[in-house]
Amino acid sequence: MLTIDCPHCGPRPETEFGYGGQAHVAYPEDPSALTDEEWAGYLFYRDNPRGEFAERWVHSAGCRKWFNAVRDTRTYRISATYTSAGPVPAGIVRPRTDVPHPVSKGA
Amino acid sequence: MTSTGPQPHRLETGGVIDRSRPVDFLVEGAAVSGYAGDTIASALLAGGRRRVGDSIYLSRPRGIVAAGVEEPNALVRIRGECDESMLPATTVEAADGLDVSLLSGIGVLDQRQDPAEYDTMNVHTDVAVIGAGPAGLAAAREAAATGARVTVFEQDFELGGSMLADPTQHIEGVPAREWVEVVRAELEAAPEVTVLARTTVFGSYDGNYLIALEKRGDQFGAPARPGVSRQRVWHVNAARVVLATGAMERTVVFADSDRPGVMLASAVHTYLGRYAVLPGQAVVVFTTNDSAYPVAHALVAAGAAVTVVDARERSVSSPARDAAVAAGLSVRPGSAVVGVDGDAGEAVEAAWVAPIDAAGTPGDAERVSADLVAVSGGWSPTLHLHSQRQGSVHWDDQLAGFVPTGPVGGQFLAGSVAGAYWTEGCLEQGRRAGRRAAAETGHGPAYEAETAHEQPGQSERAARAGTTRQLWIVPGRAEGYARHLVDLQRDQTAADLLRATGAGMRSVEHIKRYTSIGTGADQGKLSGVTTIGILTAALADQVPAAEGSPLTPGDIGTTTFRAPFTPVAFGALAGRCRGDLFDAARTTPAHSWHVEHGAVFEDVGQWKRPRYYPQEGEDMDAAVTRECRAAREGVAFLDATTLGKIEVRGADAPEFLNRIYTNGYLKLAVGKGRYGVMCTPDGMVFDDGVSLRLAPDRYFMTATTGNAAKVLDWLEEWSQTEWPDLDVTFTSVTEQWATTAVVGPRSREVIARLAPDLDVSKEGFGFMEFRDTVLASGIPARICRITFSGELAYEVNVATWYGLKVWEDIAEAGADLDITPYGTEAMHVLRAEKAYPIVGQDTDGTVTPQDLGMDWIVSTTKEFIGKRSYSRRALTEGVRKHLVSVLPVDTSLRLPEGAQLVEPDALGDYTGQSLPVRPIPMLGHVTSSYHSQALGRGFGLALVSDGRNRIGETVLASFGGRFAEVLIDEPVLYDKEGARRDG
Repeated sequence: MLTIDCPHCGPRPETEFGYGGQAHVAYPEDPSALTDEEWAGYLFYRDNPRGEFAERWVHSAGCRKWFNAVRDTRTYRISATYTSAGPVPAGIVRPRTDVPHPVSKGA
Repeated sequence: MTSTGPQPHRLETGGVIDRSRPVDFLVEGAAVSGYAGDTIASALLAGGRRRVGDSIYLSRPRGIVAAGVEEPNALVRIRGECDESMLPATTVEAADGLDVSLLSGIGVLDQRQDPAEYDTMNVHTDVAVIGAGPAGLAAAREAAATGARVTVFEQDFELGGSMLADPTQHIEGVPAREWVEVVRAELEAAPEVTVLARTTVFGSYDGNYLIALEKRGDQFGAPARPGVSRQRVWHVNAARVVLATGAMERTVVFADSDRPGVMLASAVHTYLGRYAVLPGQAVVVFTTNDSAYPVAHALVAAGAAVTVVDARERSVSSPARDAAVAAGLSVRPGSAVVGVDGDAGEAVEAAWVAPIDAAGTPGDAERVSADLVAVSGGWSPTLHLHSQRQGSVHWDDQLAGFVPTGPVGGQFLAGSVAGAYWTEGCLEQGRRAGRRAAAETGHGPAYEAETAHEQPGQSERAARAGTTRQLWIVPGRAEGYARHLVDLQRDQTAADLLRATGAGMRSVEHIKRYTSIGTGADQGKLSGVTTIGILTAALADQVPAAEGSPLTPGDIGTTTFRAPFTPVAFGALAGRCRGDLFDAARTTPAHSWHVEHGAVFEDVGQWKRPRYYPQEGEDMDAAVTRECRAAREGVAFLDATTLGKIEVRGADAPEFLNRIYTNGYLKLAVGKGRYGVMCTPDGMVFDDGVSLRLAPDRYFMTATTGNAAKVLDWLEEWSQTEWPDLDVTFTSVTEQWATTAVVGPRSREVIARLAPDLDVSKEGFGFMEFRDTVLASGIPARICRITFSGELAYEVNVATWYGLKVWEDIAEAGADLDITPYGTEAMHVLRAEKAYPIVGQDTDGTVTPQDLGMDWIVSTTKEFIGKRSYSRRALTEGVRKHLVSVLPVDTSLRLPEGAQLVEPDALGDYTGQSLPVRPIPMLGHVTSSYHSQALGRGFGLALVSDGRNRIGETVLASFGGRFAEVLIDEPVLYDKEGARRDG
């Protein structure tokens, strides 16, 4: 079991948390302006890197706040946790969601 | 009174047993005697017993092979208040009064309920030390000295590990036994140190999370004191872990090597040194390496006649062999045991010994009388816990074993698990690991990081291990390998292994599954590496090896190690979460009333809800029919307290709900409620419910009973992550309000009596309105006009602590109208007759509001979650499934929910028996199905492809190997014009 450092409560066992998938995928400003492909990119496509991955967690059995964590998908080591207000750790690329995901092209 | 029986194989002195405490127990009904400190296996051997239960499939005679958890043969069942099976006799402490049966490779699950208690402990520790042999004890001692919190886990009931087998050994100038006691006393005196014997770490997970099973107190005798658990599962968060799990010896496979009297050399050493038992008088020690020589010396010292058969050529340098020859031992280098003969009792009476060439091919064999063959095929580090963490391992050709390449992050390796096969090396590695592990938790002096090669003894490792001949299997005197047993628990032979490779299998994972080798309760602890070794020989020219070198076991690789390391009872895993404590049961304030009135309950999430209230002689159908009639024709009441309730508050609450729901909430007037549907961004229905506007900035939202927690999560997620600028908060008030639905044409009369101050007239209290009032009882209430049946209906909400009182008052107020309590089953019938969908039953995450025929609830003028998806081509083009009703032509039929619907002409000649030749396209399936009291027939709701354009068509429902004609109809079957809701 992972120990996750909630930015509000400190280190707590993984069982207190819920998982929310890739971080920094914002709900599009104006969904109606998007093409079907672009909207499908937001709905269905997420990155799945081998290595560091910024993802969302929620401290469900604690403060119930959402926050972000950088986790290495190879080792499960969490190198940083931060709130949406906090600075994004260096090296974390925010994916753009208003453009089609590469995988969805030509689909 | 104990009367200690004969123990002909027990030595006069020695051993780590307490001769002042004899124990007597029964094995297969016969008395067996031993001493405290014995295992069942050591007592059996002391008594001269050589044979245990036969093998599982081939019924081959078997004996005790090992002295620990790797034992494949000597499995026992022990009688108790609940019998326990499949216990290795080598791990069960001998105790007075045990009633032991020998198993033939398979246990029997006792069907009685286990009355013992099991529990769970959660702990945090700085340093977890796994294994209390020389490396583990040295690590624990050093770590404890820094003041760090240390937890030591030892699966055995004695500390000491390999030192137990050799009491002549001296550690730091004192006998090993004394040293262990000194260290134990030190550890036990340290306030932050816990030493857990009889405790097996069986799982190792991310973040140094360990799970261990502790066997506490008497496992099989009288029940422990109340409140004392029989076994305890430890959940351990360890900042650092020292793996000091040791190594396990392997055997060499030869013809009939599974016969009683063939044992691991290290096991013989353990029986001699630890238990003072001499398992044989005439011993052939068959070895591929140096480690068996101390065993040979110990056997000679105990009075046995010993012949050493050393597989290594005379030319291979071995100081241990030279010393043995010098001491006068009979040693046959370059030889192997090629078979054994059995006596009348099927146990070994002679070994056949032959010289072998470089390829392992034997020459002429000679018969050597022997009642014990002690075999050492080399050593395998016990790397299960390392591998569970995806720790890398590699084949070390010098050590002839798979060894960890380096520790997992946050862990240390010490002792023979890291290939250090000598005691001083174990101690040195242990001390270093203990100091460094503690340092990394901020205790004691800090250290520079070190590379794997800087670890103590790394260069000395190979020299100390000597040379091991990688001999896995020896051909017999007869052709073939059908008597060469590789996996003793699975009764699989080398011939079976060759059949797998002959069938073209190359991967060890495939071969494992094809042969079942390594899938027994012992998970191949004894057979695993030997199997890989035999494969190396069998596949020598078929699997690519590293360039320029012969194929090694490293090229074959190991199978995956998974938890648990040793078997764990489900009772232990369940702990206290059994029976009433399995899960929380949520009950409503009126629960006691429901119980008194004979309600049959159903579980809805954690809630206990009355399903129906059968009267004398009624079955469910009769009760539900009566309850439905009361709701449709008179008055009935339902406990709706379990409905999820959420208060939504804040200046932006209207805007927030407007974005969450598909329909508008900005203009909803205070004092009114509105039914809404919320969807996920892909446009699929997520939940539904009514929200009341209590104040301009305050709503009271209801959610589906089973979905309430998810809805709260959903609201919080959107509020926090997407719209943090909106001023809105959410509070679950499900537990704060008790809700009673009063339903039926005569419900108005009941409410008028209950709340005399309230204007209940049709004109004064409109549909989808609510009123705050004070009941005749003086209890404040919020009464809404909401219906989930289509009838005139009210929902009476009061503070939870008044719930029972108000429920009883309603029963009394309606008594002369024959007010009838109804349960969830009647509720479902009533709502289905009106085609009110249940989210999660009539929808499944692929259903839009439009699919449900609810276009009217989807706003075209505002933005909300899911809106964009309704213009996706995926939803606008092609055929969707629609919610419709289905009416079986046989009106008495109630379709099973889940029944498939198909076109009548799609069947072809398929009769419903077995499987159709070609898949038959399905139109949809039945989502809800009941018998309708109002319609006098069975009916259902179904999701049907293009269903609204099929109304009037007859299709087939397929279920249970039969077909039934059903008519597709409009979803709403009862009161289509909605005339009944205003009474």
